[in-house]
Amino acid sequence: MNSKAVLAPSPSRNGKVIEILEEKCKGCNRCVEACRSDVFIPNLKKGKPPIVFYPEECWYCGCCIQECKHGAIRLLLPLYQRIAINWKDKATGEINYVKINKKKGG
Amino acid sequence: MESKKWPYPVKYGREKRIDTDVLVIGGGIAGCHAAISAAKMGARVALMEKGATKWSGNGGAGVDHWQAACTNPCCKVTPEEMTSAVVESLGGYECGLKRFIQCVEGYDTLLEVEQMGVKVRDTDDEFRGAEFRDEKTKLLFAYDYENRYTIRVWGHNMKPALYNELIRLGVAVYDRVMATSILTDNGIPGSRAVGATGLSVRTGEFYVFSAKAVILCIPEAEGLWDSPEPHGFGRNFHDPNCRGDGLAMAFEAGAELTLLEKTMPTDSSLGYVPYAVGNAHNTWHGCTIVDSRGLEVGWFDREGSPIPYKGRFLPARGQKFFVDGGSIGDPRNLYRIYPPVIDPKISQKIRCLEYVLPLYADLPSMPEHERNAIFGLMIRNEGKTFELYNILRGSGFDPKNCMLQVPIFEPEGYGQPPTWWYGPAIPKLRRIGRGAGVVVNWELMTCVEGLFAAGSIIFGHGDHAGAATSGRYAGRQAAIYAKRANEPRIDEREVKKEEERLYRFLRNKDGLRWKEILGGINRVMQDYCSVYKHETTLRIGLGLLRNIRENELSNAHAPNPHELGRIIECDFLLKTGEIVILSSLARKASSSYLSFYRFDCPQVDPPEWHKLVTIRKDGSDVKIGELPLDYYLKPPYASSYEENYVNYSKIGRRKK
Repeated sequence: MNSKAVLAPSPSRNGKVIEILEEKCKGCNRCVEACRSDVFIPNLKKGKPPIVFYPEECWYCGCCIQECKHGAIRLLLPLYQRIAINWKDKATGEINYVKINKKKGG
Repeated sequence: MESKKWPYPVKYGREKRIDTDVLVIGGGIAGCHAAISAAKMGARVALMEKGATKWSGNGGAGVDHWQAACTNPCCKVTPEEMTSAVVESLGGYECGLKRFIQCVEGYDTLLEVEQMGVKVRDTDDEFRGAEFRDEKTKLLFAYDYENRYTIRVWGHNMKPALYNELIRLGVAVYDRVMATSILTDNGIPGSRAVGATGLSVRTGEFYVFSAKAVILCIPEAEGLWDSPEPHGFGRNFHDPNCRGDGLAMAFEAGAELTLLEKTMPTDSSLGYVPYAVGNAHNTWHGCTIVDSRGLEVGWFDREGSPIPYKGRFLPARGQKFFVDGGSIGDPRNLYRIYPPVIDPKISQKIRCLEYVLPLYADLPSMPEHERNAIFGLMIRNEGKTFELYNILRGSGFDPKNCMLQVPIFEPEGYGQPPTWWYGPAIPKLRRIGRGAGVVVNWELMTCVEGLFAAGSIIFGHGDHAGAATSGRYAGRQAAIYAKRANEPRIDEREVKKEEERLYRFLRNKDGLRWKEILGGINRVMQDYCSVYKHETTLRIGLGLLRNIRENELSNAHAPNPHELGRIIECDFLLKTGEIVILSSLARKASSSYLSFYRFDCPQVDPPEWHKLVTIRKDGSDVKIGELPLDYYLKPPYASSYEENYVNYSKIGRRKK
């Protein structure tokens, strides 16, 4: 058991919203320029991924993803939205919803 | 989150001056078309946009429909028929002249967009043989397959295409510059518009534009009743950057506004993802709906008779054409264009368990072309759906096998079609929409000389094609006006005053930040100016808004240019809220068309109130006035749409 306790900020709203996959991001900042609301700010270290600084202002439009040439951005719909996008498989009757816990894909 | 160094150069107090023929305020669909059209007429054009023109605006995240393209070669409805039917269905509370311009020039505008690289016909023959496809032109239609006035489009790249065209034509695009005021001759509201001031939301630099003509292209206002807390901006279908900037600036410049008393439910109050839940409306019109046991919820015609599958896309017997609710407000007001609808008795049938919740959108049972048109063409190109499509597919949703669930809400909610596609509405949460805006003449000029308008800022109902087409028309008018206009004279005192107004929010480090101010404005509107109103509560609300302005807002604090922009938005929202309340006080009768109910004036839609109530600033006074609903067909104008169009469009008689 990890017995360490830390004081960590607890985002009250939507947490991450946008995830930048560091291994894929080239730091070109095209997403920074695409975002209507300046959710991102460029990293002061050149070539490093931008910082998602105002996640609560994200409109979930996906324009940053359209603009990214490297497939380095994922839109993490918050749980209260994902859980309501659910469907029934007609053949099996199985109920499913949007999941984002996998690292790749969406 | 910890504080970080601001990543952009800080230029508070620095000033940039730009001189141009035509200034476009707002780089959404209307603004881009306005700028392109004015530039093609040979004008020097500058465009200022708060966000990024390449993607921003309500239409920036895609579009799947081009509405009311009445001059396309397959359409069987004339512009006059469409305009008069829509105006009637809205009880006359609609800008018929803008609607007519859209019906006449909308298809030409679409052909221009096609030239810019947007796919508007089925060139890959993906839908060959579909009922809604014209084999000759390869155009795909939606809703009424017989009359063919709405065209399905692959509009995911609409904004990048428009942006490239702006650059190609040499339009000077100023991104991340929010407009803060419209400058008028000598700083007098109502005198000629001569430019605008702006603020960079990245550097804090102050901009002064002088222009011979100004086109205002900012839509109404989001976020007056509903706060971004706790769900963030993402739940909303409308651009969160449109915070009443346009209405407030137009009012301050002396333009005449109307229909601010009209409100409607906020879409997605509870944060359901628009279009990503089961529904049968708008983009999903005609979708098969079943209950949890697989029992089909039928479709019915205007007589209340059940109809076969194909009837969902055809007018009823004896009906010339129908208009879907996605195209206009609520066609249930009008028998003449009443569309095929989901079982009108659905609410009571849910209550007595004839249908057992939840309901599902049964895409698998639909013909392949219909299924692919909804999920693949439209859900992939319509606003905010391009990534949704990938997310759903990536999570294993397959429209061939899976049924998407309709949100669960109170039975009455199912009888209100528009709520399905974004979940239940909360009564107290309203939005300005499909009403409020500036009054314009047949040149799309406001009562302020040289100040034109395009898109949803014009009163009445707006949509993507309407924004595009009115933008194109206003751009042409403004360029012609600018050719004969005198040089603009900027009043330096007005500029100085504006600069001080903006930068005061940098001073008080203990002041409230923008989100708290916004929450306060929202609470006032929710409590004192929701669906049901009374003079006493309206006046208290007005007083509280003015209190917020004098106390919390004037002491508010912005730690960087981004938040400075957001605080200025709060100022615009406060002003817009005040105008909404003043307009609500001025209309002394209830109206079902306007979703406007006053306890103290309970009579609904009495004939003497069947008019536009207008509001404008005159010096330091507010002037309430009125106009006939069809003022644009009364002297000094001609009595027919066509004749006015010939007189004012600068095109002359149109091709038949």
